[in-house]
Amino acid sequence: MTHVPGAERDQAVSELKFRDPVRARGLVDALAQRVAELGRSPVSVMHVCGSHEQAIAKFGLRSTFPRGLNVIMGPGCPVCITDTPEVDEGVVLARQGIHIATYGDMVRVPGTSMSLADAQAEGAKIHVIYSAAQAVELARATTDEVVFFATGFETTAVATAAVVLGGLPPNLSILSAHKYIPPVMEIVAEMPQTKVEGFLAAGHAATITGSAVFEPFVARHHLPVVVAGFEPLDILAGLVKLVELIRDRTPQVVNMFPRCVTRDGNRRAQDQLWKVFRPTGGRWRGIAHVPNGNLRLRDEFAAIDARRRFPIDLASLWDHAPAALVQSCICGDIMAGLSAPTDCKLFGQECTPEKPVGACMVSSEGACKIWHQYGGHPDLGGEA
Amino acid sequence: MIRRGLVDDKIGLKYGAGGRAMRALIERVCLAGLGPAPVDGIGLAAMDDGAAIRIGDKWLVITTDSHVVHPIVFPGGDIGRLAVSGTVNDLAMMGATDPLALTCAVIMEEGFARADLERVYVSIREACQEAGATIVTGDTKVMGRGELDGLVLNTAGVALCDRVVPDSGLKPGDLLIVTGTIGDHGMAIMAVRHKLELEGDLRSDVAPINRLVRTAIAAGGVSIVAMKDPTRGGVSSALHEMAEKSGVGIMVDEASVPVRSQVRAACDLLGIDPLVVANEGKALIGVRADAAQDVLSALRKHPLGTDAAIIGRCIEQHVGSVILDTGLGKRMLAEPEGELLPRIC
Repeated sequence: MTHVPGAERDQAVSELKFRDPVRARGLVDALAQRVAELGRSPVSVMHVCGSHEQAIAKFGLRSTFPRGLNVIMGPGCPVCITDTPEVDEGVVLARQGIHIATYGDMVRVPGTSMSLADAQAEGAKIHVIYSAAQAVELARATTDEVVFFATGFETTAVATAAVVLGGLPPNLSILSAHKYIPPVMEIVAEMPQTKVEGFLAAGHAATITGSAVFEPFVARHHLPVVVAGFEPLDILAGLVKLVELIRDRTPQVVNMFPRCVTRDGNRRAQDQLWKVFRPTGGRWRGIAHVPNGNLRLRDEFAAIDARRRFPIDLASLWDHAPAALVQSCICGDIMAGLSAPTDCKLFGQECTPEKPVGACMVSSEGACKIWHQYGGHPDLGGEA
Repeated sequence: MIRRGLVDDKIGLKYGAGGRAMRALIERVCLAGLGPAPVDGIGLAAMDDGAAIRIGDKWLVITTDSHVVHPIVFPGGDIGRLAVSGTVNDLAMMGATDPLALTCAVIMEEGFARADLERVYVSIREACQEAGATIVTGDTKVMGRGELDGLVLNTAGVALCDRVVPDSGLKPGDLLIVTGTIGDHGMAIMAVRHKLELEGDLRSDVAPINRLVRTAIAAGGVSIVAMKDPTRGGVSSALHEMAEKSGVGIMVDEASVPVRSQVRAACDLLGIDPLVVANEGKALIGVRADAAQDVLSALRKHPLGTDAAIIGRCIEQHVGSVILDTGLGKRMLAEPEGELLPRIC
């Protein structure tokens, strides 16, 4: 058998034009130049998406950012910002013997006294699913009550809305912990200690919402928003554009991901989303109360709302004091962009992916998990 | 830098993963009270692939390995081929490429099929033939049903050599060669376990590579300064260990690392870095820069070394760390900590 992995690799690389190292170097140079043109440093920008941080870490992009540019990961991990009482609701339902179907990362997120994984160890029926449709399949296969503990931003909320509108089996209900990104950008922009001068918005969410969803934000806060994709060149080009807008003091929304995102987005998906969900205020773990940041089922869907179908007595969990370690966790500051994972004294010590203390170390989109996975210290600067 | 020196009260799977946790366990529990190696040579404290004891002007190299792979038959091999290859390769990684003799102990679960055992022994004989080795003694035990899952093999090997190659001899400027494509063994096992249906077959690379290593040593001589087989924990774990023991940093050029396209596809699908996936027929060879091309050409002429490549170099900075140059930027390569998959070799 002969094989030529070198040649196969070259072919694979040429197909990946959004990972072209030569063009990447051009963008890195352009980025350094734009930052230098600002004539002051550092300039801080924020992305609000775990997938952006994944790509930045995986490809080592942070080592190419100019010293004067601070790229902060904001509250872009849906698992991380699911609040403790929301996890508790899932745990309480699970301990009543109800089947809980949820996405994998949610299982290990600590609640007040236990995670869903802890409940499972005590005999609760927890099912890891990969799509909303699987929750429907699961419910059809049993006569027991099943609750779909639905988490994620508007991207996954749309999938939940679609199955709800398709009609649920009578034994399936929804515990919505879905979140909506645009309002939290307002919170970050209004934080008195914020350093953020511009936002890199997530391309996949904008595919649904359209880039226009950020226009009111820009008008109110005079901060630029650039919609970017997830390949290395997408991110670099997005940052170049963002720094240009900061330099020129021309805050506006720029769509740098036009191969997927339009100004209006996916109207049909938006219709489904808002037909099923209404925005309501609520806490995001570690961040703040976010007005309109939570997506809850509309009254028309009360019959399939797990919060109305079952009594959920959260107080039953409160006789356990939260673990002492949790008090030192700085996930909130990390998600607000005020601290980096390496500023946390638990990082890589008491808190690891195997034994997470905070939610940021649980999710594959959490800043701490990503930094840990890619070596614990992503900023190599010019040393290497 | 992530360091965890503590050993938990209960032995979790990560202690068998060949990484930092396992080394901490050996240090705290297995080494404690043994004292220094009694003779001139390489002992347990070095945590190398095997031990070396000076006998006259020769070195006696000795190693042992237990094998618990699940499933015991997998695409490209089985537990028998793995047991022979693992031990022969550990000897070779010390520079001892002519095994004098192997031992093979077998522990079976009550009810294990005789036909399956016979099949395993066919593989053992084939692998011995490829390595030019033979089994001279063994041991057989049967345990009650449920006390063991199927079959466990333990092999030990001895060999003589003139020069021992440790895994700690790297200096800044040295180059690192991998003898072929990486990730084949781990992804073959994973595909079977996860029932992945992928285009193109994923086959384990399990093979005795002592003869391949012999050609490298013949070409490189004393310029070959460190060797390690990237088994559990993959290339990443092996490079971390070499960097730490040698007191250098290692810079890996990601684009030069040979990976088969079907392995890369499976890794992408599962979100796994091929650099942390196990290999059972590959070696990492540290070589002085001026001899690297000669060693590389010699390797590529051998049927098991056609995809050999220079993948990295040793640097003065970042001692004990491995840096990955992705072509787009640079980042630290993390040392895998938990088990990617339990019972893989």
